[in-house]
Amino acid sequence: MNEYAIQKRKERIKFTIVSVISLCVFFGVWYVCTAVLHLKPDYVLPSPVQVVEAFIQKLTQTNPDGATLFGHIAASLQVALTGYLLGAIVGVPLGIAMAWFRRIDLFVTPLFDLIRPVPTIAWIPLMILWFGIGLGAKAAIIFVSAFVPCVINAYAGIKQTKPVHLWVAQTFGASRREMLFTVAIPTALPLIFTGLRISLGTAWMTLCAAEMLASNKGLGYMIQLNRSLARADLIVVAMLTIGLIGTIFTVGLNALEKKFVKGGRRG
Amino acid sequence: MEHHGGVNKTPIISLDHVSKTYLSVHKTNEVVRDVSLDVQENEFVVLFGPGQCGKTTLINLIAGLQLPTSGEVKVDGKTVTAPGPDRGVVYQTTALFPFCTVMGNVEFGPKSRGVPKKQRRERAQYFIDLVGLQGFEKSFPNRLSGGMRQRVGIARAYANDPKVMLMDEPFGHLDAQTRYMMEEELEKIWQKEKRTVVFVTNNSEEAVYLADRIIILTNTPTRIKHEIKVDLPRPRVYSDPAFLEIRRQIEEICDDTL
Repeated sequence: MNEYAIQKRKERIKFTIVSVISLCVFFGVWYVCTAVLHLKPDYVLPSPVQVVEAFIQKLTQTNPDGATLFGHIAASLQVALTGYLLGAIVGVPLGIAMAWFRRIDLFVTPLFDLIRPVPTIAWIPLMILWFGIGLGAKAAIIFVSAFVPCVINAYAGIKQTKPVHLWVAQTFGASRREMLFTVAIPTALPLIFTGLRISLGTAWMTLCAAEMLASNKGLGYMIQLNRSLARADLIVVAMLTIGLIGTIFTVGLNALEKKFVKGGRRG
Repeated sequence: MEHHGGVNKTPIISLDHVSKTYLSVHKTNEVVRDVSLDVQENEFVVLFGPGQCGKTTLINLIAGLQLPTSGEVKVDGKTVTAPGPDRGVVYQTTALFPFCTVMGNVEFGPKSRGVPKKQRRERAQYFIDLVGLQGFEKSFPNRLSGGMRQRVGIARAYANDPKVMLMDEPFGHLDAQTRYMMEEELEKIWQKEKRTVVFVTNNSEEAVYLADRIIILTNTPTRIKHEIKVDLPRPRVYSDPAFLEIRRQIEEICDDTL
């Protein structure tokens, strides 16, 4: 056991080193191409040093795009989380209901199948017409993008329930309602989490698209505005911030999944 | 009332001219044809038959998961119309809930019936100990070996305190060695906690080792072909000549089918 633990630890350290090297190589190549070789002018491709400088400035300054970095992050998070949470709250139960109740399935599925292939970005113009360029329109767009994967995965998850498990529950005297809550939903939980993770990713990505088209604050807006000002350093700051926050989301959801999904992903 | 195994006692399970035919768009598929069978209280009956015969269907009919096309299934004098807690079923390994711990699986039945926590825990613990899994209460099924999973399955069925235990090839997926071990284990458990058992298998050795009575079934549509009483003292010895003789008989009867 102890030797095994040591071996595992060694392996983990090794993997961490490899991952760190990967990031180092990326930033190293970037640095050499810009600060050393000056392959492109600064306003097209800034060096990492310039980006870090811009980042530090942006922590306190509102120039040139009207808000500090935190201001933009807060605006984006507000939109993304509002839309995402609504999408999850509506999408997951709907997916479960569609999979469990045949009538709901028959009623909703045709409509859902019609809406599903429409790319989220196609919703943007309509949403702007309906809700203006405030929180509402963007949250509504995010809602659409988050909603779809939540429904699909919850649906697939419930459908994975093995008949034999339902039989066992039935012979134990469980009612259909109890079977949904004690057998089908626990079976579906891993896929429900997959849906939540995928939709968080798409929500966060859609957000930037939405903000680039219609906004006056937020990370996507920051990117768009700084393009017209030829401030590539600030564009990169915003991009890296988006990447970082996305990563934090994923890590957070993974931790949550580990806590809730017991017994492995497969029986 | 004491158990005598007498002939006149009311059977706990009674199949009266039971047939089952599945309908599909293109054809009808007759799986069980006119099976009549009585099982006495605390009797260990083995349904023995070739791979594709309707053994599982018979188990499901008794469990109430399917209803007969004609005829009647009675358990404890009442006609079976739906599954119920008086009939516990042990399936093949995959039937454990992967998202529940061993304890969660074993107490699932009592929990569904609303037994208070303390009581059902105690009961579950008793059967977990009985099948020799103490210390694994908090493990999830994916951490258990095939034999251990099947022990959980047996404990789970017992914990619901059924009158009748239905076992559908519970050891079918196990390797030979584990299978022998589990057969011995089941025999011991059953001796300690007697229940009426209907056990399905296609392994004649397993059948002779466990059964009070072996019902030999034909290929589909399944009918009862023959019945053998096994009176050997328990625990039985696989290499005992009398044991081997019964196995020979079974194989002879089965060969006739071909």
